[in-house]
Amino acid sequence: MAEEAGTGLVFHPMDQFIVKPLFGDGPVHWYTPTNAMLWMAISVLAVILLLVIGTRGRAVIPTRIQSIAELAYGFIHKMVEDVAGKDGLKFFPYIFTLFLFIVFSNFLGLLPKAFTPTSHIAVTAVLAVLVFVTVTVVGFVKNGASFLGLFWVSSAPLALRPVLALIEVISYFVRPVSHSIRLAGNMMAGHAVIKVFAAFAPLVLMSGIGVVVTPLSIIAITAMYGLEMLVAFIQAYVFTILTCVYLKDALHPHH
Amino acid sequence: MATETHEAASEMAHDAAQAAGHAAESAGMPQLDFATFGNQIFWLLVTLVVIWWVLSRIALPRIGAVLADRQATIAGDLSAAEDYKAKAKDAEAAYEKALADARRQAQKIVAEARADIQKDLDAATAQADAEISARTVESEARIAEIRAGAMEAVETVAKDTALEIVAALGGKADAKTVGAAINARLKG
Repeated sequence: MAEEAGTGLVFHPMDQFIVKPLFGDGPVHWYTPTNAMLWMAISVLAVILLLVIGTRGRAVIPTRIQSIAELAYGFIHKMVEDVAGKDGLKFFPYIFTLFLFIVFSNFLGLLPKAFTPTSHIAVTAVLAVLVFVTVTVVGFVKNGASFLGLFWVSSAPLALRPVLALIEVISYFVRPVSHSIRLAGNMMAGHAVIKVFAAFAPLVLMSGIGVVVTPLSIIAITAMYGLEMLVAFIQAYVFTILTCVYLKDALHPHH
Repeated sequence: MATETHEAASEMAHDAAQAAGHAAESAGMPQLDFATFGNQIFWLLVTLVVIWWVLSRIALPRIGAVLADRQATIAGDLSAAEDYKAKAKDAEAAYEKALADARRQAQKIVAEARADIQKDLDAATAQADAEISARTVESEARIAEIRAGAMEAVETVAKDTALEIVAALGGKADAKTVGAAINARLKG
């Protein structure tokens, strides 16, 4: 009985993350259409559907889809304005792009059989590095050398300042790492956990213990799925608001 | 039964761990398969550029315009409402004024009418008074006349009666004497 279970259960929680060509089995070149490309393209379509097709009526009294589009617009617009300040609004299209891409990737990735681009460190690292480079360049262009004042905590006692400066510099350079790994890690972990529970679900077909395990794993999958819906939004929100915070540091480096 | 269950569960967990380990061994973390990085990064950049282009060229200006429009519409509606309110206030004031005017007018008319009536009444009263006094005078004259007539008649009757009585008593009475006597009596 136990042996039966051992041979029957299949655990491949990470297989869902494999990047593979859409057509054939060839090697993955940089230009190969892959499942990653497919789901990014679906995200783009979803963005267009929501923000372009949904608002084509330009109604003063909005339709439902237009309301959602306006809600998203207002949500990020307010976030940028509140966190980064009025001069941060120049970067609103950029930040809104990041938010929409992440939120749609996260949610579309929750569809069965879907691929989640944001579960890959390659993707989130590029997003984070783009933010890091942008913020650093903006910081130096706007403030010149005084941008380095960001690392010089003038409110601390003088003796502590060099130490704090070192810590601040390190934390500044760790930002893109935490920024990217937080998103990719959350997406990957949630999807993998769902997959592990899913592997237990067919146990009832193989073993008596499945009578208990199968309902439990189905409940667990459902609960995890609900949690993942929350995480999908929260991680997009966190990534976006951190971008705003970093942008604020670049625009107004003096605490 | 309980031990069997426990055994099965532990066996299963063991197998599961083995299977998971096996899977990880064979595939590793697909996230760390550097061969796919170029592909993902390329398509990611394409995706971001497309989304950014769509947003900044089409979606954001449009939504911004719609929101501004709505703001303007709401502000316009509010100011229109303010206008209408002011107009209503004006209309109310005009109405109040018209009402007060009408009331004043009515009071004036009533007063005038009352004065007219009073005048007519006074005139009529005066006329009536005059008439009454004229009548009174006339009546008094009449009465005096009648009284005088009556006196005269009484004198005549008295004289005639006295003459007759005297004659009947066998006296010879001349009218002059009798008349004088009667006059004296009547005056007395």
